Amino acid sequence: MSSMIFRVSSSPHIRSNESTQRIMLDVIIALIPALLAAIYFFGVKVLTVVLISVVFAVATEYAMQKILNRPITINDLSAVVTGLLLAYNVPPTAPWWMVAIGSIFAIAIVKHCFGGLGHNFMNPALAARAVLLASWPVRMSSAAFVSPGVNAVTAATPLSLFKAGAGCGNRIVITSATVATSDTLTSLWDLFIGNIGGCIGETSALALLIGGLYLIYRGVISYRIPLTYIGTVGILSYILGGFHVYCFTFHMLAGGLFLGAIFMATDYSSSPLTAKGQIIMGLGAGLLTVLIRFFGAYPEGVSYSILLMNVATPLIDRFTIPRKFGEVKKSA
Amino acid sequence: MNLKTLSFKGGTHPPHNKGTTENLKVVQSKQPDTVAIPMVQHIGAPCEPIVQKGDQVEVGQKIGEAKGFVSVPVHSSVSGEVIAIEPRLTSGGSAITCVVIKNDMKDTVYEGIVPTAGIDKLSSEEIINIIKEAGLAGMGGAAFPAHVKLSIPPGKTVDTVILNGSECEPYLTADHRLLVERPEDVVDGLIIFMKALNVKKGFIGIENNKPDALEAVYNIVKGKEGIEVVALKTKYPQGAEKQLINACIDREVPSGGLPADAGVVVNNVGTAAAAAEAIKRGMPLIKRIVTITGKGVKNPQNLLVRIGTSFRDVIEECGGFVGTPGKVIAGGPMMGIAQYSIDIPVIKGTSGILVLTEEEAKLPESSNCIRCGKCIEVCPINLMPVNISNYALEDRFEQAESCNALDCIECGACSFICPAKRPLVDSIRVAKREILAKRKKAQSK
Repeated sequence: MSSMIFRVSSSPHIRSNESTQRIMLDVIIALIPALLAAIYFFGVKVLTVVLISVVFAVATEYAMQKILNRPITINDLSAVVTGLLLAYNVPPTAPWWMVAIGSIFAIAIVKHCFGGLGHNFMNPALAARAVLLASWPVRMSSAAFVSPGVNAVTAATPLSLFKAGAGCGNRIVITSATVATSDTLTSLWDLFIGNIGGCIGETSALALLIGGLYLIYRGVISYRIPLTYIGTVGILSYILGGFHVYCFTFHMLAGGLFLGAIFMATDYSSSPLTAKGQIIMGLGAGLLTVLIRFFGAYPEGVSYSILLMNVATPLIDRFTIPRKFGEVKKSA
Repeated sequence: MNLKTLSFKGGTHPPHNKGTTENLKVVQSKQPDTVAIPMVQHIGAPCEPIVQKGDQVEVGQKIGEAKGFVSVPVHSSVSGEVIAIEPRLTSGGSAITCVVIKNDMKDTVYEGIVPTAGIDKLSSEEIINIIKEAGLAGMGGAAFPAHVKLSIPPGKTVDTVILNGSECEPYLTADHRLLVERPEDVVDGLIIFMKALNVKKGFIGIENNKPDALEAVYNIVKGKEGIEVVALKTKYPQGAEKQLINACIDREVPSGGLPADAGVVVNNVGTAAAAAEAIKRGMPLIKRIVTITGKGVKNPQNLLVRIGTSFRDVIEECGGFVGTPGKVIAGGPMMGIAQYSIDIPVIKGTSGILVLTEEEAKLPESSNCIRCGKCIEVCPINLMPVNISNYALEDRFEQAESCNALDCIECGACSFICPAKRPLVDSIRVAKREILAKRKKAQSK
């Protein structure tokens, strides 16, 4: 007992079981229902797209860390998450090389050129999606979308139909009962379960919701951004759409809102740190999304809204510093 | 007994690990061969030894005289001969003058140890003086002189005394056992503090993971006017002074201020029991309950240890180490201090000796901050630990200061929760030291 060496370090001497890897694993688990829905509606071929995206993301991470002489951290699974999210943001018909370019861009440029994990100022998958959309607009928009089912044919997404004038705003009062039989309007039920055209992982609000609830239950994300984001879109659409309940529900379920609000806008690196900041993020992204959908040139505004809020994050963080305990109010 | 559970905002839930010792009765430790009693065991000025090498001393005899107001005397915990007065390593990490006494094992009590006139016959000043002379320093860990807390400077009014029995540090059960085994002394101590301060309202806050302690104290308090038992939510750092006040009476201690600025005096339940001991039996603070625990100790126990007994003696009494120990901590795992030697004395503030195994003592590798914001969620002071830490790691201490680094209470909840295992509180501590050093420099110019 005389010549023992004890380890000495600063307290605390115990740490929680939380780890970056566990958090990323939770996100991957939460993304599985959406993947299953995509396979069900679009066929097994979407797996190829997802696989290519993930493999290129992880390989790029490894290569970048080798080149930059940084520790290899592909085991933290963060590149897998980025790969999955990018795949979820492209149409089922996306060619493999396009997905690969997106993955490489997301990891090499958006993530590692800015310092790696935790330092990207934008959501890497969304930034890559924006690049693909700008570079190959046809392959990324309406022409590329297919309707679900075996006889997958090119089909417009519900949002592009809305843009083309089939929206709820300029229609007579529609009840959900009539909607189901309407040719031009999408059934809310189909929207909810994902039986519609769209990107691989965005269509099934139900599957995404299950994943989101899991993440909230696990404490990985807070309800603040998803709730305020989706809620703002719903309420503003209700107002702008002429106070139709259909419009309220349609805009919440359509497009990439659930995917964006639950999985993209909550990206730790590019969203505000504080509770108040997260609410501002949700409100701001919701407002921008509705503005783009109703008044912009694009049918869908989720990705650009989130990207815009991403770049506003440092500013939001600066103005939402919490009141410290025991702070004395300055008397005027 | 139906108490509503109170708490504060923020905080985290480390595993309690109290099961090993929470039901073990406090056992009087063996008489040590020698004790080394440091002349500083409190916050404030060191004591001056008033004995010399070769002197015979007895149990309870004063051996160090307090120098200055913020200081308390120290007493011998054994009877025997002073064999050395020399600097020795202490749990704070520095060498401090210690009076080393060879125990004659006779346990002769000093003649001056007699019961006082009793709480009803003593005036406020007399009580405060007895508490000072008994060497009372906060026994929760910080060891702030008790009589200083009880001497309220003019201009401040205190209307409440709160006893801290939350014991939110994992592993430790010293306060828990005290509450279960000696609840009268704790309540009497509270009454003594209330009389000294002339206040009518007293609280005893206990975390609700100690239902037996809550019940024991509740049964004593029942029918006593102005005293209330508060069940606190089990959450770390519930026992932090400011968080305790906030939970019990919903007041906030102003930033940079003391509890007295919120009209409150907080004392540990151990300090209260020691005050009762001093008033009722005249015995100064010479022993304390220490929880010796952790997977690295053969027989974890709650021992009543004489001040000055070495960690080595105490650990040996608990059967020694299991295998090769990894870490020996004075205090709990969240805020305790890791020791590099076990040849250091138990002092008034030693609430526990925790021995972690080699496996448990492994330092986690830190990786990139992923900005999850969990450190902000758990911070009981509502700080943004990630920001302060980032500035501190880049030596940008001015920015760290503007992020309120000095308000940090160093509870370590941020480092505990961090998934990337960042050295959050470590770097904030560095920032605090740098900021204070700079302020001192600026003042002396």
